[in-house]
Amino acid sequence: MSAGGSSAWGRRLVIAVPYIWLLVFFLAPFVLVLRISLSEVAIAMPPYVPVFDLGAGWDRFVADLGRLSFANYEWLAGDPLYINSYLSSLRIAFVSTVLTLLIGFPIAYGMASAPRGLRPILMMLVILPFWTSFLIRVYAWIGILKPEGLLTLFGQTIGILSGDEQFRILNTTTAVYIGIVYSYLPFMVLPLYAALERLDGSLLEAAQDLGCPPLKAFWVITVPLALPGIIAGCFLVFIPAVGEFVIPDLLGGSDTLMIGRTLWNEFFNNRDWPVSSAVAVLLLLVLIIPIVAFQQAQQRQQEAAR
Amino acid sequence: MAKTLGPVRRAFAPWDDPSATPLIRFEAITKRFGDFTAIDNVSLDIYEREFFALLGPSGCGKTTLMRMLAGFETPTEGRVLLDGEDISQVPPHKRPVNMMFQSYALFPHMSVADNIAFGLKQDGLPAGDIKARVEEMLSLVKLEPFARRRPDQLSGGQRQRVALARSLAKRPKVLLLDEPLGALDKKLREETQFELMDLQEKLGMTFLIVTHDQEEAMTVADRIAVMNHGSFEQIDPPSVIYEQPNSRYVADFIGDVNLLDGALETRGGARVFSSKALSNPLPVMPPDDTPDGSACIAIRPEKLSVSLTEPEQADGLAMLKGTVWDIAYMGDVSIFHVRLSDEVCTGQDKDETVPVLRATIANTTRLVERPIAWDDAVWVTWQADAAVVLPR
Repeated sequence: MSAGGSSAWGRRLVIAVPYIWLLVFFLAPFVLVLRISLSEVAIAMPPYVPVFDLGAGWDRFVADLGRLSFANYEWLAGDPLYINSYLSSLRIAFVSTVLTLLIGFPIAYGMASAPRGLRPILMMLVILPFWTSFLIRVYAWIGILKPEGLLTLFGQTIGILSGDEQFRILNTTTAVYIGIVYSYLPFMVLPLYAALERLDGSLLEAAQDLGCPPLKAFWVITVPLALPGIIAGCFLVFIPAVGEFVIPDLLGGSDTLMIGRTLWNEFFNNRDWPVSSAVAVLLLLVLIIPIVAFQQAQQRQQEAAR
Repeated sequence: MAKTLGPVRRAFAPWDDPSATPLIRFEAITKRFGDFTAIDNVSLDIYEREFFALLGPSGCGKTTLMRMLAGFETPTEGRVLLDGEDISQVPPHKRPVNMMFQSYALFPHMSVADNIAFGLKQDGLPAGDIKARVEEMLSLVKLEPFARRRPDQLSGGQRQRVALARSLAKRPKVLLLDEPLGALDKKLREETQFELMDLQEKLGMTFLIVTHDQEEAMTVADRIAVMNHGSFEQIDPPSVIYEQPNSRYVADFIGDVNLLDGALETRGGARVFSSKALSNPLPVMPPDDTPDGSACIAIRPEKLSVSLTEPEQADGLAMLKGTVWDIAYMGDVSIFHVRLSDEVCTGQDKDETVPVLRATIANTTRLVERPIAWDDAVWVTWQADAAVVLPR
């Protein structure tokens, strides 16, 4: 039937759209970066020797394959700066994710237990910061955290600090934690809220009715049922936090190593495109494991919802 | 009671025995939510092995009263006693009472067996005992093959059974059922009502059911409390509630009823009921201490007879002449709407002040020579003691 045929084409077209999107905006740029990462640095414009010259024909391409340079990756493995940056990024992202979860869960729980009419307003308050530029919000934290900033002023006003004492938080790893937790809190709160709001209150009543004290009911009923939201929130915070550049650059000290910052330095200060590309490729590989895990968790959630 | 009304379910009536001690006692309970009084100074005794129903329209306070027994609400005033002990302030997880929730509230992340085992695990029972009890419960509700399924893999009726098994697993002193059959379709609901009754009898437990479905309450319960606006209208066995309602509200809420307003009089030693809307006074048999004056009578539709020929006058036979206004043929019964007026009229010029009686007549024969038809002049009769005299 012609109608069936056209609808099949329509379906293929709809499915093709996200694949084309990924191909154009993810896979193609990635191949470019991968190519640069396998080249050698040069004082030129652009600052590397291209490995492949696609205009040179197939035979040349095959010959080039044999001359691929993994020197940049060897360089990364040999220099503890890069390894330390990766490990430090993972640690900072992990600690921030845990802190965000600890702060975000009570907020989401409070929102989900608020009267129905109040919930959209609370939701609005969580989303409201997005209406201001991310960069401006991080700059605002400089104003708060700097030694002569608002926090010090507040401390002096309420008497925690004597007149000449100052908080020394800015340019430390603590400031980076504050910045990440603040910036990514909505990404934790929203999926948690979505999971907790769906939770049927009578389940907790049933648990108590069957002899389960309220606190235990929280652990055996609320947490397992909110787990898909917890997992989603954690990945939404962890994955971008690993590659975070702006927050450590503006709030962190010179000793705050994060891979995003190292990459930026390599790219713009050292103009070493091949090495910075190798850093980017490795960062992606490091993140691919949690991303795949996240997708599987999401799939499980969807299957459970069915 | 002077006269037995309707079938007697079984020789079980601890509420008539002054020496019996109740299992549950609600003592002068009042519950206010802000300005709203959900329950207004009610007292109630429920006895062991009783199947008790709280019946009323939504918002009458029946669920609040049940939740007080479960511990999810605390009374503003008054006490709740279980086995003579004041449990008003005991938290829900420490009460020997279990509830079957209206939504079933099955834990979606646990299997059927784990759901049933949940309460037993809270008590710290040995694993072997838990397993044995879960199997016993599964066989009780005939769900053995489904032990490993998740609640979302079950049908509505199966979920209802899991909820029942879970709430029975701990062998509570009282089982609370909050609209337990509301989500089932009519046929399954009727089946389940009988199963619930059998189960209650078999286990010898005390059941308290909350429902807005009067048929359900009539079917399962030993006694029914009819609630309205936070207080009890009547607490009696189903047959008494139906045949001897104590108020216009109860008569109207339970089943179909014809209500006529008028006045009670004494004529030559006999009591009669008369009204401007009625062509003749009707013999009635109220209790002797009922005073003359403004009253209302309630007659159930199935107590009426309709005939095309004028019946013979007899003592204690109430008779009214009318015209057939409407007929509904239901198969097993026919429902006649009879206007108490001689004239034939159509829908447009219907005089609303003329009373209409509803009569339910069983279709006992397949073929009737001359069936009663629309606009026929008919006589409606009933025995005087079939009419209940109520205060207006």
